[in-house]
Amino acid sequence: MKQRHKRLTLVLGILAGASVATALVLNAFSENLTFFITPSEVQAKSELPDRHFRIGGIVKEGSIERQGESTQVVFKVTDLEADVPVRFDGVLPDLFQEGEGVVVEGHLGPGGVFEADNVMARHDADYMPEEAAEAIERAGGDPSQVGSY
Amino acid sequence: MSSRSVPWLKFTAPANFYALAQRLTPWLWAGAALLCLAALYIGFFVAPAEAHQGESYRILYIHVATAWMGMFLYLLMALYGGIYLVWRIKMADIMARSIAPTGALMTFLSLWTGALWGAPTWGTFWVWDARLTSTLVLLFLFLGYIALHGAADDREKGGRAASLLAVIGAINVPIIYFSVDWWYNLHQGSSVIRADGPSMAPSMLTAMLLMIAGIWLYSAAVVLRRAQVEALEREPRSEWAQAAAAGRMTRTQRELAAAESVREHTSQEEGQA
Repeated sequence: MKQRHKRLTLVLGILAGASVATALVLNAFSENLTFFITPSEVQAKSELPDRHFRIGGIVKEGSIERQGESTQVVFKVTDLEADVPVRFDGVLPDLFQEGEGVVVEGHLGPGGVFEADNVMARHDADYMPEEAAEAIERAGGDPSQVGSY
Repeated sequence: MSSRSVPWLKFTAPANFYALAQRLTPWLWAGAALLCLAALYIGFFVAPAEAHQGESYRILYIHVATAWMGMFLYLLMALYGGIYLVWRIKMADIMARSIAPTGALMTFLSLWTGALWGAPTWGTFWVWDARLTSTLVLLFLFLGYIALHGAADDREKGGRAASLLAVIGAINVPIIYFSVDWWYNLHQGSSVIRADGPSMAPSMLTAMLLMIAGIWLYSAAVVLRRAQVEALEREPRSEWAQAAAAGRMTRTQRELAAAESVREHTSQEEGQA
């Protein structure tokens, strides 16, 4: 075997070994690598962590209730199978809307209400011109249902 | 493998590479400027505001182009690093080393523009989700490569150590790319490469693709220029380097040019006869 063939085997071997090791590590930590869990997973889990965790989903249509003049807001996060009620007191991001993606950070309080201390909007990877969205709404459609061009 | 069986292998000789880069870079600069200007014009004046995000989405023209470029440059750097480790071609190490600063710049720009976009849209500059964290690791890999390359007194030793880091670090690139499919992220999935076609309005997509092409040409131009300087630095006393510094042709090039003009001359005479 020529010297450079030996080196080629060695380099490819190191790369393969490191790939397998990385794959195993990522697989083992998969549960911790996810940024949030879904409302269904919250309901399915019998034991939820005491510490902070994040729930991601969609702000349920018609669920936003504002408490008078204060910044307190109550809404439901849904994945269309399960809902989790969320209470939050603070400034909401611009993209926070009913029917749009959201990630809430906090802990589960008494009565199953999620006490959020941080709310982040999640963008849905669709980029639609303002006029197009208005036209769809005028025609009685839902712009968020028109995904691709 | 001789240079006759694979024609472009002759550019592994720094003298030939230098001459090629000298011819290519002006075109690359011009193309980059043209495409970036066209992309910025379409992106800012032709493409409409986005339905949910308003004007702030326009950051994505630079964000996506630099993020893709950072990942691509890393793979290219790892490939050159691997070639250097196996075949010990000096020009491969020069190329890998020249790619690193541009790759780091692109990755930094994508993180920076991403934070500026995230603040109004997500409501946060930074989160430790898989996509963002693995991109930060990419920046550290570029910087680590540069540091390791310069750490050894012996340039070849530094080059070999850094090349190994580049090759192993390449595992990070698929993790960045597929992170949005493997785990729930705050970062959204892909808008361009997806099964049901791009989920972007055509004028927005045009601006983004033009910007990507412009950033490609810019990166190619700046990497080739850096590689030229690096090649000169490594062989300062060679004949080709002396000739290049003085703006002359090397002896081989002069001979080739002379032979070329003789050939042209004779073919012209044949045409007249």
